[in-house]
Amino acid sequence: MMDQRYIEILTNPGTVKLADIPVLQYPEFSAFVDLLMGEEGTHCVSYFVLPKPDTYRFICCMAADENHALLIFSHEQPLEPSLSLQSLTARHFQFHAFEREIHENFGITFREHPWMKPVRYPFDRADQSRIMNNYPFFSIDGEELHEVGVGPVHAGIIEPGHFRFICHGEQVLHLEIQLGYQHRGVEHLFIEKPGILHQSLLAESIAGDTAVGHSMAYAGVVESLAGIVVPPYLSAERVIALELERIAMHIGDTAALCTDIAYQLGQVVNEALRTIVINTTQLWCGNRFGKGLVRPGGSHYPLSGATIAEILKNLKDVEERYVQVTDRIFSLPSALGRFEGTGKLTTMQASLIGAVGMAAKSSGMYRDIRWSHPFSAYAGHRYEPVMLHKGDVWSRAMLRKREVEKSMEVIRELIRTFTSTEIENRKSKIENPIYDLSLAPSSLAISMVEGWRGEICHIAVTGDSGKMIHYKAKDPSFHNWMALALAVRNQEISDFPLCNKSFNLSYCGNDL
Amino acid sequence: MGFLLAIVTAVFFPGLILRIKSIASGRKGPGILQPWKNILVLLRKGSVFSTTTSYIFQIAPAIYLSTIICAMLLLPFPGMPSLFGFNGDFVLFAYLLALGKFMFILGALDTGSSFEGMGANREALYSMLAEPAFFILFGTLALLTGHTSMQQIFESFQFTGHNAFIIGFIAVYLLIQIAMIENSRMPVDDPKTHLELTMIHEVMILDHSGFDLALIQIGTALKFAMYGLLIANFLVPVDGGQLIANSEQLLMNGEKGMLHNVGSGWMVVMQVGVYFMIQAVFASLIGLMESFRARKKLVRNPQFIVTLSSIALVAFILVLLITFKMVD
Repeated sequence: MMDQRYIEILTNPGTVKLADIPVLQYPEFSAFVDLLMGEEGTHCVSYFVLPKPDTYRFICCMAADENHALLIFSHEQPLEPSLSLQSLTARHFQFHAFEREIHENFGITFREHPWMKPVRYPFDRADQSRIMNNYPFFSIDGEELHEVGVGPVHAGIIEPGHFRFICHGEQVLHLEIQLGYQHRGVEHLFIEKPGILHQSLLAESIAGDTAVGHSMAYAGVVESLAGIVVPPYLSAERVIALELERIAMHIGDTAALCTDIAYQLGQVVNEALRTIVINTTQLWCGNRFGKGLVRPGGSHYPLSGATIAEILKNLKDVEERYVQVTDRIFSLPSALGRFEGTGKLTTMQASLIGAVGMAAKSSGMYRDIRWSHPFSAYAGHRYEPVMLHKGDVWSRAMLRKREVEKSMEVIRELIRTFTSTEIENRKSKIENPIYDLSLAPSSLAISMVEGWRGEICHIAVTGDSGKMIHYKAKDPSFHNWMALALAVRNQEISDFPLCNKSFNLSYCGNDL
Repeated sequence: MGFLLAIVTAVFFPGLILRIKSIASGRKGPGILQPWKNILVLLRKGSVFSTTTSYIFQIAPAIYLSTIICAMLLLPFPGMPSLFGFNGDFVLFAYLLALGKFMFILGALDTGSSFEGMGANREALYSMLAEPAFFILFGTLALLTGHTSMQQIFESFQFTGHNAFIIGFIAVYLLIQIAMIENSRMPVDDPKTHLELTMIHEVMILDHSGFDLALIQIGTALKFAMYGLLIANFLVPVDGGQLIANSEQLLMNGEKGMLHNVGSGWMVVMQVGVYFMIQAVFASLIGLMESFRARKKLVRNPQFIVTLSSIALVAFILVLLITFKMVD
């Protein structure tokens, strides 16, 4: 090891021994974070506390996109309820959510943290006096200002979350988003239910619209801990499933964007197309959202020749019609009038808050796990992310269109690599999932997947006996909710639903 | 006569719009009478009142509906007198509607909800901006015909020769747009949306329920038919042997309209037929417009509405020039 300050992981997913993760002194730790943050394309993937019998171990995982590497390092602090640390957020805003989460779970104080608000009100939070009803909303005094509260119960069929606007007439000055209504204690359940099958089901349920993404991240963690090498055809199948999910969600979002601007034609056509895509997934595995499709070590649903033919046929059909309808949408003056320049997230803001996935790519940030930390079948694929630069609703809508086209290319390319004998042998070659794996003891495994929203990261830590003792799941929404809050500033309040839909963030992914 | 016909039309109007929109989106759609079936269900229900509201909130729907009915009584049917027509009745017509709207806005503000406050604010702004367009338009017509009661305006309007086509076209266009604004339809407002923050009209009726909601919905349906009747007044021929503007062509293509020479007198039956056709075209036009375009950004709405006033102003100046009133 050249540098003793960190341990590097070059694979995704990857596993390290807990003992191999360097423990730094806090000043050294924060100086190292400063150093890393000074570099281009580095962002914090996860920063969490691993409670040990006698100490808190703070583990930080930073991704260096250009080097396709993950750097892991840590610091240890005594188990004291009055523990107080100098906040990293004060200098690097993208740490805000991680430090808030740590504060909420363990009561550790971060000095000079500018935005110490509750994240999700977990059941076992350190301060039980913090409840939904006393969220410390930011407020501005002014005779001409008014506050508008929306939610947690919404008019549409969406998840619960409370939005508090401070408005000057129609103009939004500030938006604060209060989440936590969906908290189910997912991370705790991972520890309470040690069975692989149980955990697979849990992973699929972290966010219902990203079932494949999260279950892939989970499978990666477990396979890496168990030392399983995933055969290439199984990787290819998983990526096909992931891209089908992406296509379905992106098309569904295009429909939803059309609904919000009251463009009926775009709405109904895209809704119909999305149904074709999710029905294709259903044909494959019996579930429209791909639940049960990705399992550690194998698959219950090996792709058959007939399914492949059906996928290709449906993709062709969908592609033709999707291109047609999106060409129509993106040339319709009234639609462009709503999309263009609305809800702008600048590149600067995106990089400050550490935006990931669609929010980052549409604001000109080169951030895509498929490119930076290739996983599964992407390892040999050289994926080039779709990039847009304006950061407005138009960019996010256009990004969806381009990614749909690109994902279809990826699927076709993967299917082309299957030889016909391989397809015939598929049933015998792909093994059933393994539900009784023995995991490497005292290790940390990290797995990142580019779901349709962005970077999904699952981290599992095992104890001395090889039992899981800590689990961290992170949905891209965890980073990106702040992007929405920034994007609606100085916009009309009536454009908020449109901005919200253009990000389409997950409430339950944040609330866990 | 006009009043009765308008009521008949109101029964079919909302359903027709819905149906057209459904068909345009590849669905079968509900029956034409479905909106009225819903209203009948609502009429049988009681209302729920928020504890923050006062009597204003409770009387608002009734006043809203009654002002619309009163306004309808002022409208003539081509060739027939209106029930209560008098000189300058269009001023009363406009302000009856404004009174209804005013009560409606008060009712919305009465709930103290921030959503309804925003909706009321938007509605008030847009109505205010649309008002000049309406008055300049009727001022123009009054100038052109030399009459000030709606019945006389319409009757003599059709005898003003070729000018009638130009002014008639502008008037119909303006009235369609004003109707869209006043009824909170696209492109100004989206009647279908479920998003409170983007609503204008819909958000104001969020707190109304049961009987009161039914009154408002009846009012909305009547309002549509009323504007349809107003437009029909320009297009349905008054008497035989006169110029007939082919309403459909005029509406759809903006062309001058085909000229027919009908020798014999127009029977009432035919007038009624043309009237219903115009209403159907009007409803279809709304349905189609709402299917194939997106709503405007709210900040753009005032610009759009002010444009209508300027078009009305152009018509006004045009008439001034035509009638040489400027020189006098």
